[in-house]
Amino acid sequence: MRHTINVLVENEFGVLARVAGLFSGRGFNIDSLSVAETQDPTVSLMTIVTRGDDQIIEQIIKQLRKLVNVLKVTDLHEGQYLDRELVLVKVTATAETKPEILRLMDIFRGKIVDVSPKTYTVEVTGGEDKIRAVLELLRPLGIKEVVRTGKVAMPRGMQNGG
Amino acid sequence: MERTGAEIFVESLRKEGVHTLFGYPGGVVLNIYDVLYDSDIRHILVRHEQAAVHAADGYARATGEVGVALVTSGPGATNTVTGLATAYMDSVPIVVFSGQVPTHLIGNDAFQEADIVGITRPCTKHNYLVKDVRNLARIIKEAFYLARSGRPGPVLVDLPKDVIVGRTEYVYPETAKLRGYNPTYEGHLGQIKKALKAIHESRRPVVYAGGGVILSNASRELTEFARRLRLPVTTTLMGLGAFPGSDPLFLGMLGMHGTYRANMAVSHADLLVAVGARFDDRVTGKIDEFAPNAKIVHVDIDPTSISKNVQVDIPIVGDAKNVLKKMLGLVHGAEWGGRDEALQGWHAEIEAWRRAHHMDYGQGEEVIKPQYVVEQLHEATGGRCIVSTEVGQNQMWAAQYFRLEEPRCWLTSGGLGTMGYGFPAAIGAQAAFPDRVVIDIAGDGSIQMNIQELATAVQYELPVKVAILNNGFLGMVRQWQELFYDRRYSHTRMDVAPDFVKLAEAYGALGLRATRPGEVRPVIEQALAHPGPVLMDFHVDPEEGVYPMVPAGAPLTKMLLL
Repeated sequence: MRHTINVLVENEFGVLARVAGLFSGRGFNIDSLSVAETQDPTVSLMTIVTRGDDQIIEQIIKQLRKLVNVLKVTDLHEGQYLDRELVLVKVTATAETKPEILRLMDIFRGKIVDVSPKTYTVEVTGGEDKIRAVLELLRPLGIKEVVRTGKVAMPRGMQNGG
Repeated sequence: MERTGAEIFVESLRKEGVHTLFGYPGGVVLNIYDVLYDSDIRHILVRHEQAAVHAADGYARATGEVGVALVTSGPGATNTVTGLATAYMDSVPIVVFSGQVPTHLIGNDAFQEADIVGITRPCTKHNYLVKDVRNLARIIKEAFYLARSGRPGPVLVDLPKDVIVGRTEYVYPETAKLRGYNPTYEGHLGQIKKALKAIHESRRPVVYAGGGVILSNASRELTEFARRLRLPVTTTLMGLGAFPGSDPLFLGMLGMHGTYRANMAVSHADLLVAVGARFDDRVTGKIDEFAPNAKIVHVDIDPTSISKNVQVDIPIVGDAKNVLKKMLGLVHGAEWGGRDEALQGWHAEIEAWRRAHHMDYGQGEEVIKPQYVVEQLHEATGGRCIVSTEVGQNQMWAAQYFRLEEPRCWLTSGGLGTMGYGFPAAIGAQAAFPDRVVIDIAGDGSIQMNIQELATAVQYELPVKVAILNNGFLGMVRQWQELFYDRRYSHTRMDVAPDFVKLAEAYGALGLRATRPGEVRPVIEQALAHPGPVLMDFHVDPEEGVYPMVPAGAPLTKMLLL
């Protein structure tokens, strides 16, 4: 099962290597990982998407908590958190595809961020399903390049059943 | 007053109560060595950095204090890796200080540069690169605190040359503050009561104690607990000495080379009380068939150990001593009477297993049996000594036949299985206890992995007695080849070995040899009477095996007995 885990860590050199090393050393998977400083500049937040059965997820969380530089680990529960990814897609732009690209960006609230004679580069943010849908719809038009950020996540303000 | 990094280093060690340092100098740590020249800290110059770490580890296991090693950058640092990994697997509190090239050269492939913090990240509890001399005192404080607290373990501190020579105001912090590190010592009372209820209801209980009992100095509590509740006790290799070997409740070691009765008892138990043990594969055998009928209580200070390999019914996160004390405080009153009657059938069953099979070997007139040497060492010392082992058959025979009564007398590389560990570890223990008898039970393969430390033992008058069970083979590997590879002894025969007696003499130690059973005891007596280090070369039966044996991956009930 896929899990999204938020990990608050000391904002120090080597911490990312400790977390990544823990996953690789113990044979856990990382589907995506994003890291950035929080409001407190001494602390960073990592959002890790991983997969495994309950026992593996429990081990991952315990092992993360065991790292000295890890301050807090939160396993985000389905439906109780917001998550967003950002994707940049370079699409072939021809006379026929241009209107379709524009239409799709309108529907998905995406933006054209770069234009060249033969390509449009678009930016879309959203949850996993939305990103997947956009990519599927853009693919027939001719995708030249895709860059994704990986997921960032945050618990909702109002928790259902805590 | 401003001090240099080197001065801060030495002063901080003194503040941590460090009396002995195992080390090896080199370019970037020269300033530290210059300060040590005038210091009252005893520095023991090893002959290889790996041995410095094993010696610090042996020192720590024998004393319960943090062991300390100091090495230079590059190869000096990389040579510590095996020692760190050994200490990490067995949760031994040590701090290793390595020199590093100046900060402005880091990443430059400078002379004797190695990214030792990167290299040792997975085999230390934590590690540090000190980038600024102003952080040095705080980091040393944290390193010692991390090494000894919670589940203990090795910590490495990397000291760049410019940090060593840099100057700053020196204040040694009173305490270490780490916001991401907060070990749980107190067991949860509700869980403890649940565990006691399970013990009370159980008719076939077994206590399975590991190295954690020794690390938390909980042997006395464990012993009292088991005796009061009449609980049979088995220990892991790391737990030997946590419970008195002569106590009738002791089942012996369990696992791959455990006793028949310990493995049968665990396999037929209805309750397993694991204390400071981690369900290692060498203990459980085939995991699905391990203690199949037992409810499992698991006391461990490390939450990651719980439900890692087997699903635990009643987890208790906490320090073993703390939890056992709480349990002892709760087992008074009428409901805890009549324990002997309640467990009579179970004890009788265990006794029947003991009679059905106990470890034995036939010592004839001609060839020395290795087990006989171990038993004679035990008899000659009355068991009152510190024993270290190498890894392989020597280690298993020592575990099986050297009956231990007390904790912190047993130094063995259990988790990593490091050949070459025993001799330097014995040197470390001997440095801590100059007046005690320290014996390294070795094989002819393992001893050659750190044989150079004979010079250290001689130089510092550390009278370690090494007993080589010399069978001319890498014996344990040979045994597996015998059993599982059709006796195809591929590259396990040590066709050429040094003359160990002459070798000892070359180093200025005493060398002794026994080739017949009748010579074993006189050689041991002579070694024990000698005031300096001794290498005893026992020519033993080359194809003797370690039994019982549970083949790797088989259930504990499928023992090869012989």
